[in-house]
Amino acid sequence: MFTNFKRVLTFAFNDFSRNKGISVAAIFVLAIIIMLVTGLFFFQGIAGYLTSRIQDKIDITAYFKDGTQEQDILNVKAEILKMSPNIKNVDYVSKDQALASFNAVHQNDTVLSQALQEVGNNPFLPSLNITTNGDPSQYAQIADILQTSDFSNLIDSVDFSQKKDIIEKVYSIISNINTFGLILGIILIFVAILVVFNTIKLAIENSKEEISTMKIVGASNWFIRGPFVIQGILYGFIAFLICILLSGASAYFLSPKIEIILPGFDMFSYFLTNWWIFVLIQLGFGAGVGIISSFIVVRKYLEV
Amino acid sequence: MIKFSNVTKIYPRDTVVLQNVSFEIKEGEFISIVGKSGAGKSTLVHLILGLEVPTSGEVYFEDVNLNDANPSKIQEIRRRIGAIHQDYKLLPQKNVYENVAYIMQVEGRENKEIAVEVPKVLEVIGLENKINNFPNQLSGGEQQRLAIARAFVNNPDIIIADEPTGNLDPYNTYEVISLLQKINKAGKTVILATHDREIINKLGKRVITIENGKILRDEAEGRFII
Repeated sequence: MFTNFKRVLTFAFNDFSRNKGISVAAIFVLAIIIMLVTGLFFFQGIAGYLTSRIQDKIDITAYFKDGTQEQDILNVKAEILKMSPNIKNVDYVSKDQALASFNAVHQNDTVLSQALQEVGNNPFLPSLNITTNGDPSQYAQIADILQTSDFSNLIDSVDFSQKKDIIEKVYSIISNINTFGLILGIILIFVAILVVFNTIKLAIENSKEEISTMKIVGASNWFIRGPFVIQGILYGFIAFLICILLSGASAYFLSPKIEIILPGFDMFSYFLTNWWIFVLIQLGFGAGVGIISSFIVVRKYLEV
Repeated sequence: MIKFSNVTKIYPRDTVVLQNVSFEIKEGEFISIVGKSGAGKSTLVHLILGLEVPTSGEVYFEDVNLNDANPSKIQEIRRRIGAIHQDYKLLPQKNVYENVAYIMQVEGRENKEIAVEVPKVLEVIGLENKINNFPNQLSGGEQQRLAIARAFVNNPDIIIADEPTGNLDPYNTYEVISLLQKINKAGKTVILATHDREIINKLGKRVITIENGKILRDEAEGRFII
């Protein structure tokens, strides 16, 4: 058994080094395909980051009636937090804080500060600022609950309806991007598998006669198939080594440039934190497609 | 050892290659199958190796009906046969040494044994100086000798030789035929398919003559008469 395995390994390495041109071509095609899949994974990372950034910017604000006790508002906050696991954050903004932040934003605008002085007192209402993890329907649901629940008599207004259109538009864009990415990804991976399969088929086609002769002299299917499958693994593994180095290097060198477009997104640290996923995807895809293709192609020629 | 029972082989478009052929080959026999090119000699050899299935009738190897044998049984039978094919069927991506060693490796023989046996066989066949050459770097005659070395190396129970001397000069032809005779004397079965009149007439062994897919003659000490 061990002797046979050693022989199969030797055959694989011999064939690999004797057919350098074919081996290099197969590795090259595999490497391109793996880089494509890696690119899709980076794209997913960027899309995920963008989505969370946009989600953070979308909120719903419940304004409380003037004179509502702070304790009552904090109770409502606790109630809202209990409502759904999709609620990410609820911030309480008191009357004073609202005025302070207004002043901070408009400190150079004399017209507005004069208008405020005319009013005499603080015209801002205390509010709760709610952000969720989910889609627009959740915002609609929360707005609905806020207006119909027990504490609705404390609430002056909910500003969801004013933001509704923007929220829905943003979410439809995000979901379209995600669907488009998914479909594109599936098509690309399918094309990639076909390309690799055909490259390996061409590599093995060269050995068609050899496979049938091996069969004629009585070699078992595994003794014939083994070297080709191991070559498939070799192609995949070398392509993986090239790709992991290449993707690490590109993430490192492109990171500062991408950060200019997408502030806060560090591509290299994304690569480092997801290191094992990259290894799994690249190795799994490279070696997996290599092995499966070799297996299927050799099987076709084993029928002697 | 090998039995053909009413074997007919028809290729697509109604090309009849063998018609109702029946004969038996006993263990230790030296049998020549003669006939013109296209008479059906190679088909007969392919049927014994399980490379083709008869359209009707049965081919037996010992008690095994090759029509019903499972693939691993067929492989086991092929390992017991040393076959020399008309088109050599060498392994183009392996060198001379590896081509011969492969047969022993398929059998699961030890590396030590392979290292001793392969050079010996290559010396007998006169290819000891070309062990690192690949088949496409050999002449037609050398390729044929390599195919012969490969068929002998495992000391098989049966040697099937389909036109083994087609590309050899008279000296090498004589060498190959005496090697086949020597193997037969050692108790092995030899099946020789040829259209070389001189060889058959010198051998003085059993001859089956095939013409148009039918057995014309089956004589214990036959001559080449077509």
